Amino acid sequence: MARWGMVIDLDRCTACQACVVACQVENNVAPPSAEQATRGRAISWLRLVPFKESEHGTRPGLRLVPLPCMQCDRPPCTKVCPVQATQIDKEGLVAQVYPRCIGCRYCTTACPYTVRHFNWERPEWPEPMAEGLNPDVSVRPRGVVEKCTFCHHRLQRAKDKAAAESRPLREGDYVPACVETCPAGAMVFGDLDDPRSAVVRLSESPRAFRLLEELGTRPKVIYLSKGEWGGTV
Amino acid sequence: MEQSERRAEAGLGEDGSLLLPMARTGPRFWLFVSLLLGVALWGFFAWSTQLRRGLFVTGLNVPVYWGLYITNFVFFIGISHAGTLISAILRLAHAEWRRPITRAAEVITVLVLFFGLGCVILDLGRPDRALNVILHGNFTSPLLWDVASISTYLTASTIYLYLPLIPDIAILRDHFQGRHAFYRALALGWTGTPKQRQRLEKAIAVMAVIVIPIAISVHTVVSWVFAMTVQPMWHSTIFGPYFVVGAIFSGIAAIIIAMAAIRRAYHLEAYLKPIHFNNLGLLLLVFTLLWFYFTFAEFLTTYYGGEPMHMAVFLSKTEGKFSPYFWIMVVTCFLVPFALLANNRTRRTVWGCVAASLSVEVGMWLERFLIVVPSLSNPRLPLTASSYTPSWVEWSLFAAFISCFILLYAVFTKLFPIVSIWEIREGREHAVSEVTTRIESYLPDTLEATHG
Repeated sequence: MARWGMVIDLDRCTACQACVVACQVENNVAPPSAEQATRGRAISWLRLVPFKESEHGTRPGLRLVPLPCMQCDRPPCTKVCPVQATQIDKEGLVAQVYPRCIGCRYCTTACPYTVRHFNWERPEWPEPMAEGLNPDVSVRPRGVVEKCTFCHHRLQRAKDKAAAESRPLREGDYVPACVETCPAGAMVFGDLDDPRSAVVRLSESPRAFRLLEELGTRPKVIYLSKGEWGGTV
Repeated sequence: MEQSERRAEAGLGEDGSLLLPMARTGPRFWLFVSLLLGVALWGFFAWSTQLRRGLFVTGLNVPVYWGLYITNFVFFIGISHAGTLISAILRLAHAEWRRPITRAAEVITVLVLFFGLGCVILDLGRPDRALNVILHGNFTSPLLWDVASISTYLTASTIYLYLPLIPDIAILRDHFQGRHAFYRALALGWTGTPKQRQRLEKAIAVMAVIVIPIAISVHTVVSWVFAMTVQPMWHSTIFGPYFVVGAIFSGIAAIIIAMAAIRRAYHLEAYLKPIHFNNLGLLLLVFTLLWFYFTFAEFLTTYYGGEPMHMAVFLSKTEGKFSPYFWIMVVTCFLVPFALLANNRTRRTVWGCVAASLSVEVGMWLERFLIVVPSLSNPRLPLTASSYTPSWVEWSLFAAFISCFILLYAVFTKLFPIVSIWEIREGREHAVSEVTTRIESYLPDTLEATHG
């Protein structure tokens, strides 16, 4: 059984936000109304978060870090859900069951990464966009929580395709939209339990770290810190 | 004249005055009720707005996903603590001064619990799916522990309120011919035979023991909703007892306020005397000090450890944007009640106790708010923080819940005696000799008795 994970190389990331846009389009995330956005309620499964470059360094500045769901191996969100609407599956994906979610937002408060989002109102798309929704991804109703799924509908499609071709799933068959889009090649996706995979090789780099790993959540998103190319922003 | 005769017929003597609120209802009561109904209707309008447009109409946002509704949930469940718990402890301790206050206290518990649960329903994005908690319950979730312990507490408190009501309902059944069927059904054929009495007393004693651990579990579990997460200044081992102390603290204050209100409305000065306020005031003083001790321990530990994530929340409370609320909380939860209650002259008056209690209620509400909101306002990752301002819908529903609670309490006083008639009579008839015997049993045996 695979254990899906992602590596984000901050050396390569240019903070162009192509991944953010790809995610919104792939997963039918509606653009927030102006009112929602000013109230800080925009839904974004993947966003760039400004980390301070250095507290006292010679070149103070902000570093923008892409932040999807960490797909923790020990997720703090799943155990607090009162109705089992969020669960971690056998392949390590933390999924959300929209038709069951009661919208209590306990998972959103328990998540230390604040990557879970609540549907404050019914999603609405401007006219041309409404016709281009991704048929593989359900549109969420008002009042439920949603989050990055590592595009698990793509895993389903990849498995179906492999089965039709009577072959096992190969590396690269299943890749989330953000990874596929990244023009700088900063995002790599694969099976963390497969010793030959690129993600395993990269995760063994001395630059590898996980966000808030001291909390014991065991995230499956691994970052490679800036460094190899001399620390250009 | 006619009325005093009827009272004499019922054999109640001077305690017949306790039936007056049920016999007579003046225009002032109706005015009061319509005022409360007005606020409740406004709240209903606010609720329908929220049902129509969803939680969009609240002031909540990312990352402050919980606000007034959860604050009120903790606050109302906290208030529910004193009634049943204090009454149970006083009964078990054979505290004779309990007699006129136990009923008034127990009713608070039963009624306010509904509003605590109501707050959770208000907070749901999909209230239509609330039953999923039973259909798909996940027992690793502290919210489910809440559902279990609060529903147990509600059941136990209702039984514990009802049992000592039975003899009084029988009095009402014999007294009010008009509502005969209602009271007859509820009186369960009570005639006051020695056997019935014995059974009732046994049942009350058993329930008094059972409700104590249940009550403690309720607020412990409420605290665990927060403490079980890893969020800064929520993830604290002290939270269970801290919440229980805060709950009893705000609960005692609620009892004092309710007592003062019914004392004034129904002229119960003869029953609810300054000594009762004084005794509850002493209890409130003890909890003022306990509250200070817990708060101090919690904040000092956080400060001394100095972990940046925890300090961010700590500083937002003590000197940041929440600091006005924090310092008002310290004044109203500690300084004001301490000053009023440590002073014999003010504690021995009704107004002194009431003023301290009102102050405590304000402070304890702020305490709940300061637990829920600042931790969420300071997420671990540097997100664009947005501040939370509760919307008119949230405030309206808060006001409506308080109004509905007072309304139901007022209706209760019109259906049942708010001071237990039979327990007062029992006090008059038996307690003095019982207490004398009890005190004699404490004294050293005389030589004759020991040597036979």
